[in-house]
Amino acid sequence: MNFLNDMRFRAFCYQIGAIGLVVAVAWTMFATASDNLAKQNIATGFGFLARQAGFVISETAITYQPTDSIARAILVGIVNTVKVSLLAAILGTVLGLFVGVARMSRNPLLARLALAYVEVLRNVPLLLYLFLWYSLIIMVFPPVKQALNILPGVYLSNSGLVLPAIFVENGAAIFALFICAGLAAAILIRRISQQRRLTTGKPNHGTVIACLALVLPPLVLWMLGLVSFGWDIPQAGRFRLTGGLHVRPEFVALLFGLLLSVSASIAEIVRAGIQAIGPGQWEAAAALGLHRSRVMRLVVLPQALRLIIPPLTNTYLTVFKNSSLAIAIGYPDLVMVSNTVMNQTGQAIETIAIFMGVYLSLSIAISLTMNWYNARVALKVR
Amino acid sequence: MAEIQALPLPVGAAKPPVRRSGWVKTYFGTPLNSMISLVSMVTIFFLGKLAFGWLVVNAVFSGDGLACKASGGACWPFLAEKLRYMIFGFYPFDEQWRPLLALVLFLASCLISMMPRFWSRILLYAWLLVVLPVLYVLMAGGIFGLSPVATSSWGGLPLSFMLSFIGLVCALPLGIGLALARASSLPAIRVLAVGFIEIVRGVPLISILFMATVMLPLFMPEGVTIDKLLRAQVAIIIFAAAYIAEIVRGGLQDVPEGQREAGQSLGLSYWQVMRKIVLPQALKKVIPPMVGLFIGFFQDTTLVTIVGLLDFLDTVRSALRDPEWQGIAVLEGYVFAAAVYFTFSALMGLYSRFLEQHFRVTHG
Repeated sequence: MNFLNDMRFRAFCYQIGAIGLVVAVAWTMFATASDNLAKQNIATGFGFLARQAGFVISETAITYQPTDSIARAILVGIVNTVKVSLLAAILGTVLGLFVGVARMSRNPLLARLALAYVEVLRNVPLLLYLFLWYSLIIMVFPPVKQALNILPGVYLSNSGLVLPAIFVENGAAIFALFICAGLAAAILIRRISQQRRLTTGKPNHGTVIACLALVLPPLVLWMLGLVSFGWDIPQAGRFRLTGGLHVRPEFVALLFGLLLSVSASIAEIVRAGIQAIGPGQWEAAAALGLHRSRVMRLVVLPQALRLIIPPLTNTYLTVFKNSSLAIAIGYPDLVMVSNTVMNQTGQAIETIAIFMGVYLSLSIAISLTMNWYNARVALKVR
Repeated sequence: MAEIQALPLPVGAAKPPVRRSGWVKTYFGTPLNSMISLVSMVTIFFLGKLAFGWLVVNAVFSGDGLACKASGGACWPFLAEKLRYMIFGFYPFDEQWRPLLALVLFLASCLISMMPRFWSRILLYAWLLVVLPVLYVLMAGGIFGLSPVATSSWGGLPLSFMLSFIGLVCALPLGIGLALARASSLPAIRVLAVGFIEIVRGVPLISILFMATVMLPLFMPEGVTIDKLLRAQVAIIIFAAAYIAEIVRGGLQDVPEGQREAGQSLGLSYWQVMRKIVLPQALKKVIPPMVGLFIGFFQDTTLVTIVGLLDFLDTVRSALRDPEWQGIAVLEGYVFAAAVYFTFSALMGLYSRFLEQHFRVTHG
């Protein structure tokens, strides 16, 4: 009788009960599902990934043909998802930073304009904006037969923007190697110069030298003729444009929608971060004779950054997950490719498991990266 | 009082700077500021001109699709003709007073419930026992001589409100439970809660909707089918619960440990401590962020159009595809939908700010 009142025993029972319940539910679902699948003659397992995909994907960042495997098609979807969310996150951050600072402007007109921008974006569903941008592109621009030839080689129509593409004719590997080496050298030089400036207090030309280190090696390579470039100029045919780099309206609408929503969130985060820095910081910096813009850049923003990083992580996770709205306007991201695969093979459970797994692991990767960065900029308490 | 007299300036001294009035200084204090003001004014002027021209000057106020096609302005006849469809969807035309009444009743109840002075247990019971059943009877019918209407014909704005509101109401207890489980001292329960919350928060809503609509039927015994609307609703509840759990967790962390210890030393059980001491303090703190979350869910319900439910955004889109208006009133439809979403979201945003202020004033 006594052990029923024992806290440890009861805790043990609760936990066993909870785990048992979860296992029982999972087992029942698994049993029914395999029963149902057996009746519908759907094979379980991931064997279908090796089968031929057989469908066309309109936008591929890596080479893909309908004769490739389903696994390759899903990989194309993953790359497309990462491409659009990464671009939206970067461009949205830059735009959001400006809007956030404009929101703090002492000029009421500018502050109100920025406020209106943020409110209009935050209070209307993203999906609605995606539909709106997409139909605007389709409506405003002429059909591809009457594509606008705005610059030589640049065509604009309602099936997208076609640009001349530049590509490396030969020596791509050595070119990439030199760019990486230049980047590494630039980062190293910049770090050394900064260190030297901090210890001596004298300004130096580290930034300029770093830029040279970045640009010179590929330039020398090109001048020596070890690497050559070619242009892929789009040709206007009777019905369509061939060649060149094709930026599709689905991509533009999705990118635009996502980056605007990111910028609105980031503007609010930046504003909250800046406002959280006490007026004493402003006044102290002003007393040292710093101009308002330098106070912002050198004193306030670095401190605000610490407060900004955690909500910023959430914004990046959100834009990554929101890129799945692509399916609504037909941009072939991971969800849309998976949906096609699902309709074609009937392997709903496996396909959904794959794309949920991919989202989950990439989300965790983003969280870890941002946490690492957060730990780096966090105030060191010694 | 002696009058203060200006002393004559010594010869050669610099004149004091001219004190401009506050207005001039605010907008034209420095050259940069003047430029910002000018650019802002020009932007506002052009945006205003664009909007006014589209909404009023070039707009078509009567006529049909052809008249609208000829002009470049807004097409008001489209809105007038399609308004009922956009708001109520495929709900039987003669019965549309029912969703209208439900909508009015719902909004009125919300308005009353939003005032902190009415917050009490009675209000909660009134919602659960009176308002929600009445809303359901109005929408579904079947008794009191109201003709039954299947959930597949529900649509438009009532559906959007229903999905988000019912979603939040059902997700709230679930989310609180998850938050308590995550803060629990029992490792197995904590791990289960963390796993559920992080998985749901790590994947997009659309994937959970897909799971509910495509995958769930496979997990059901043969012959059992669940209503499509209900499946989407369950997906939204699951999604909302994970986010609510994270917000409530923040609230729980804000309650000092001493409160819990004091309760325990009085001999209260775990549930008594939670129910009577910790949760009331924690939940009060999370009401403003919860309203913010609700704004997000109200907008996220638009995603159900991807799995084929006729929410407000979907009815607007199908109104645009009507052959009579196709390709003519695209902008009108979306701007109208955006205005509706904006109004409700912005009002809730204002309410959230009001609550923050209210709590700051009344609860230190």
